[in-house]
Amino acid sequence: MLVLVTYDVSVTTAEGRRRLRNIAKICLDYGVRVQNSVFECEVDPAQFTFLKNRLLETYESDEDSLRFYSLGKRGRQRVEHFGAKQVEDPLRDALIL
Amino acid sequence: MKKLLNTLYITRQESYLHKDRETIVIKQGDEKLGQFPALSLGGILCFGRVSVSPFLMGYCAENGISIAFYTEYGRFLARVHGRQTGNVLLRRTQYRWADCSDRSKEIARLFVAAKIANSRSVLLRELRNHGDNPRLTTAADRLASSLRRARTAKSVDEVRGIEGDAASCYFSVFDELLRGSGFAFGGRVRRPPTDPINALLSFIYSLVTQECVSALQGVGLDPYVGFLHRDRPGRASLALDLLEEFRASWADRFVLTLVNRRQIQSGDFVTEASGAVRLQEDARKKLLTLYQQRKQEELTHPYLQEQLPIGLLPHSQALLLARHLRGDTECYTPYVVK
Repeated sequence: MLVLVTYDVSVTTAEGRRRLRNIAKICLDYGVRVQNSVFECEVDPAQFTFLKNRLLETYESDEDSLRFYSLGKRGRQRVEHFGAKQVEDPLRDALIL
Repeated sequence: MKKLLNTLYITRQESYLHKDRETIVIKQGDEKLGQFPALSLGGILCFGRVSVSPFLMGYCAENGISIAFYTEYGRFLARVHGRQTGNVLLRRTQYRWADCSDRSKEIARLFVAAKIANSRSVLLRELRNHGDNPRLTTAADRLASSLRRARTAKSVDEVRGIEGDAASCYFSVFDELLRGSGFAFGGRVRRPPTDPINALLSFIYSLVTQECVSALQGVGLDPYVGFLHRDRPGRASLALDLLEEFRASWADRFVLTLVNRRQIQSGDFVTEASGAVRLQEDARKKLLTLYQQRKQEELTHPYLQEQLPIGLLPHSQALLLARHLRGDTECYTPYVVK
């Protein structure tokens, strides 16, 4: 299933900036960055649980926010993209470098 | 059925792959070419001078991501895989059956029958779409009689003979199927291929073989012990057995599509001093893109009656073979195009 992960992390402190970097890295393990703090992750339910737990361990509930949008199995078809920064779909596009 | 994972093809020379957390990073010098989450990948194919960090190799081996190395021209060199997976009892059965000529014959016969039936379908399809052609009709009839002979074959050697006959008959009319200008096909030539069509066929066969190896390993069979192909060091005999079902329906049809739609043209090849013909770099990229798209096309599996992408066919067949070896099914059901 396709899950959209978005976050807002408070970066007023050095600690906050560290969290921001860590959260981005965790999201990268499971999906691709489509916009600055927006990730698309194609995961199965077990992988989604892991992803969610790791993010919930990292974020600070008083200052940051996390949002998960489950787009379902056919999620890819519910996405339209306009403009710059086309991203590759790591599961379907031909990955030839 | 499992999820069809993507394959990463690295054709950029002097590139370096390493692991960063759970992702695979591709670099050329200091420039980062890409970064992909490992969980979306099922295999990595490296062409030419590509280096892979040992750490990444270990990680891939542990997570069932196969890494295969090819020369720049697509000749297979090596692959990295981790611990043998699956049940030792299943592999024991496989070895016993491979040693037993009767058992081997039964399975080899099915592989060959599927190959002949699928080759014949390719010819019949041509006849259906493009009208009568006496050469093709004769060849199709000869394949039909080979198919009948395969049914009553008494030994593996006889099966091999029937297979050789059928293959030469099929390839003798293969040039009738080519519509692209500038291509001629006189017969199958390997090691090295000396014309574009043979070069394409060899390249695609070698890609599909690697998928068969991965699929067999995935279900716990030993890809090196075959029933139809004899054991030989370094030869993945069982993968080659399994390949027989896919040669015509998958690889040959794909090559015909490429040529007849003029997606690949005669200018895309270079002839080396040795006479070997190979694909040029950008044509190979185009070919891999199209191959990857073809793998995602879905069809209904004729036996499992399940919708699945073409790329999972080796897996489904390896699964059926494992089931047969375990004694769950009366006989193995090869993949035959409807």
